[in-house]
Amino acid sequence: MTIEAPDAFSGGKTPHFEESARESLADSQLRRNLGKATQTIRNKRAVAVEEMPDWEQLREAGRALKSRTLRHLDEYLLQLEESVKQAGGQVHWARDGEEANRIIAGIAKSHDAGEVVKVKSIATDETKLNEYLKREGIEAFETDLAELIIQLAGETSSHILVPAIHKNRSEIRELFMQKLGVEDLSDDPPDLTNAARLYLREKFLKAKVGISGANFAVAETGTVCVVESEGNGRMCTTLPPVLVTLMGIEKIIPAWQDYEVFMQLLPRSSTAERMNPYTTFWTGVSEGDGPQEFHLVLLDNGRTEVLDDEIGRQTLNCIRCSACLNVCPVYERTGGHAYNSVYPGPIGAILTPQLVGIGKSGSDSLPYASSLCGACYEVCPVKINIPEVLIHLRGRVVRHKQDEGGLRGKLDPENVAMRAMAKTFSEPRLYEGAQKAARIGQWPLARSGAIHRLPGRLAGWTDARDLKPIPEQTFREWWRSRNGSGTHSGTRSGEGS
Amino acid sequence: MEIQERLGDPFGNPFGGGLVTPAREEILRRVRRATHDVPKDEHPEDVPVERGYRDKDDAPREEIVERFAERVAEYEATVHRADESDLPRAIAEACGRRGVRQLVVPAGLPEEWIPEDVETLRDAASSPLSNEELDRSDGTLTGCSLGIAQTGTIVLDAGEGQGRRALTLLPDYHLCVVREEQIVGLVPEAFAKLEETVKGEGRAITFISGPSATSDIELNRVEGVHGPRTLEVLIVG
Amino acid sequence: MRIALFITCFNDTLFPETGRATVEVLERLGVEVDFPLEQTCCGQMHFNTGYQREAIPLVRRFVEVFKNYEAVVAPSGSCVGMVRELYPMAADLANDKRLAADVEELSPRVFELSEFLVKKLGVTDVGAYYPHRVTYHPTCHSLRMLKVGDAPLKLLEAVRGIDFVELPEARECCGFGGTFAVKNADTSIAMLGDKLRHVLETEAEVCAAGDNSCLMHIGGGLKRQRAGVRTVHLAEILATTEEKIKP
Repeated sequence: MTIEAPDAFSGGKTPHFEESARESLADSQLRRNLGKATQTIRNKRAVAVEEMPDWEQLREAGRALKSRTLRHLDEYLLQLEESVKQAGGQVHWARDGEEANRIIAGIAKSHDAGEVVKVKSIATDETKLNEYLKREGIEAFETDLAELIIQLAGETSSHILVPAIHKNRSEIRELFMQKLGVEDLSDDPPDLTNAARLYLREKFLKAKVGISGANFAVAETGTVCVVESEGNGRMCTTLPPVLVTLMGIEKIIPAWQDYEVFMQLLPRSSTAERMNPYTTFWTGVSEGDGPQEFHLVLLDNGRTEVLDDEIGRQTLNCIRCSACLNVCPVYERTGGHAYNSVYPGPIGAILTPQLVGIGKSGSDSLPYASSLCGACYEVCPVKINIPEVLIHLRGRVVRHKQDEGGLRGKLDPENVAMRAMAKTFSEPRLYEGAQKAARIGQWPLARSGAIHRLPGRLAGWTDARDLKPIPEQTFREWWRSRNGSGTHSGTRSGEGS
Repeated sequence: MEIQERLGDPFGNPFGGGLVTPAREEILRRVRRATHDVPKDEHPEDVPVERGYRDKDDAPREEIVERFAERVAEYEATVHRADESDLPRAIAEACGRRGVRQLVVPAGLPEEWIPEDVETLRDAASSPLSNEELDRSDGTLTGCSLGIAQTGTIVLDAGEGQGRRALTLLPDYHLCVVREEQIVGLVPEAFAKLEETVKGEGRAITFISGPSATSDIELNRVEGVHGPRTLEVLIVG
Repeated sequence: MRIALFITCFNDTLFPETGRATVEVLERLGVEVDFPLEQTCCGQMHFNTGYQREAIPLVRRFVEVFKNYEAVVAPSGSCVGMVRELYPMAADLANDKRLAADVEELSPRVFELSEFLVKKLGVTDVGAYYPHRVTYHPTCHSLRMLKVGDAPLKLLEAVRGIDFVELPEARECCGFGGTFAVKNADTSIAMLGDKLRHVLETEAEVCAAGDNSCLMHIGGGLKRQRAGVRTVHLAEILATTEEKIKP
């Protein structure tokens, strides 16, 4: 049984972040697991980065290389296509997820594959490939341990890198005993891992088609790589006679040499290792080694829309390391499911609404899922200014509501209040009037020197926080009295000087 | 959709001949529209990339080799060091400790490395071992292309004495011989050395940094998921 | 030296004592303080909530009011962050090249109080006396946007009589985040919970910061819990002298 959780990429309506977050926050087990996990990775990452005297130079090079690629993406796409073909591979183009799925299913069918093995690929989660293949009569086996756990549980991932971060060992033991038919299993992680190894080994040896994502693909040489830890990536990209790789068009890097930058940035940012256990780099087809048929599927699915936004464009720098998730105080407390997207955390909060398009109320709530603390920008290995993009997207969301939302958008209480306030702030006379009015208006709320409950939408504040009442004298009133000038604004100091 | 209907079976390499597909043209058009802010006369190289990071480790050789040994060991791989003359004995001992009876041997491996008392499963282009044979074997013995001291990484490039990728993947034990002169200091040095292999024959390259591992269950590191669960490295100098 | 004080609408209305303290500290150091009464709000709340077109007139007003001053000082990291980091985006949005040029010219001269004292004036000892156990929350915008570094800590270290105690996990956000505190109240409160726990661990009497918005949030939580810990703006600590306490 698969519960298809509502997700920004499945087409339907998704809940708002704040609603989903409320549910996650109430799950104390989840919060404990997440808190422990994010703190562990966060601290380990800091150590791995501390060791590198040239970390800032690497970040800058990574950012610059991505910027170079994105500004000239058409040239690099054509170069990549040519290189892959030269090396014996085939290249397909998919405008959207549906088209990518159709291409991949077609390849599997042409080889009579009833089963395919997969190495974790968020791009295929985005296109809902597994569900598509199922409808076409093809079963896709996830081979990454965490993905296997998620798939067996019929759930969705809650973390880019550690998708089962919300599940503890006893929950996993239960699941394996039930679904893998293993009797007598302890909840010791090595035992649980071995059960998965035995189950999947058989799948790897049998599979006719392997499906992977790509961490990077070099335009110059056509070399694609999969960065991983468990060896399931090597299995999927080596053993089946046919390999299909789905990659977003933004995953290109210009030259082979550029791996020297990204293969330093990625492992330390993501798993906090000097280098991840396994990385496979393949260039088309190698005679007598690995798959003898290789298909590269290039996926747009909204990426060109992100590219079209000059501030949002940097979002496509992302190398999916998940460092921003682990440092995010919001993600740490709500977990990934609250984002209702295959891309959770700060990067998801900017990537999802751009990929699916502004104007969908669920994903429009994501840019607001941040206190703008900036911890994400500080750790991002390719220097995506996430807070800047969040603010920019909030602007796009509001402008969309105001311009396309009709009367309802205009009468939205927040819109009305914000516009009225902006008007007030635009004139010192109105502003001072409002200060006085607020001081008088608050008296029914203030009790014994503090406000314990605010009305309406502001009640969220007073759920756990008192509010101090507005004092008797504003600063500017004090300033005037001190300088002995009248109440007329701007008399003494004037504008500028 | 259109293309599939037009071509019937779209997977007999229909795009190989430079055929124009609507998806390809559409995506390229979208990309060009999205990057209209980029000046027409700007070339990719005009976008500056400062490579201010280290590209060469100037430490003495012995220090680099020592660092490699330390960092490989930190990944829970077993590391031994041996003299050239002592290598066959060191290999035989390692296989003995492990109890290897059937050893997978890639083409081009020096004959003198192969212990006498094991059964060899020789892989060759003309007579490749089956996946099942590899899966059943007790281990594999290979050389390597490079070692990276900074990260404790072994690099295989499917060349002589290393074999195709499955050879170091399916057996549960991998014994890898690294010569001191194959060890480079930093990651950029490794990519520079591999450039020729990639641009020439385009052989597949595998980076191995310790045995396979997962931290997917409560972030507890477990060694050995799908690849060889035991990695043993012999540094020869 | 003559500077303009940008009090911020928030301090003007809710925390006038911080403004008075700021004036006092600056004047004690021989700085001539001017307060242009035409100032209102920098537009941060509007801009960060997405009401960016609405914020543009406020950006224009700020630039007009302050552009002829040699330096502008504000006792708020986040409002200064708005001016320095986000005004260029606002000017772009307004599609106004003159505004963009004015912003570029003005914004490097706008300072948060602690960085003005330490980095611009080169002063760490402002002659303050504060005999209390104090911990300090560095606030995200001062820390990561303005990169004021240890300027506030240097100022606190030089305060006589102070018993300074470091805040555990100090760099982590308190959960305020402007309208985030209301829009995502549950998450904001969960973040606040951890911040309060760390504040209480220090057994400080006073939790200080360079931004009253964060302090109102932290203080509101402390008050609700009847924790007995006060929140005080850095400027007020710096303004306190021995003569004031023991006249």
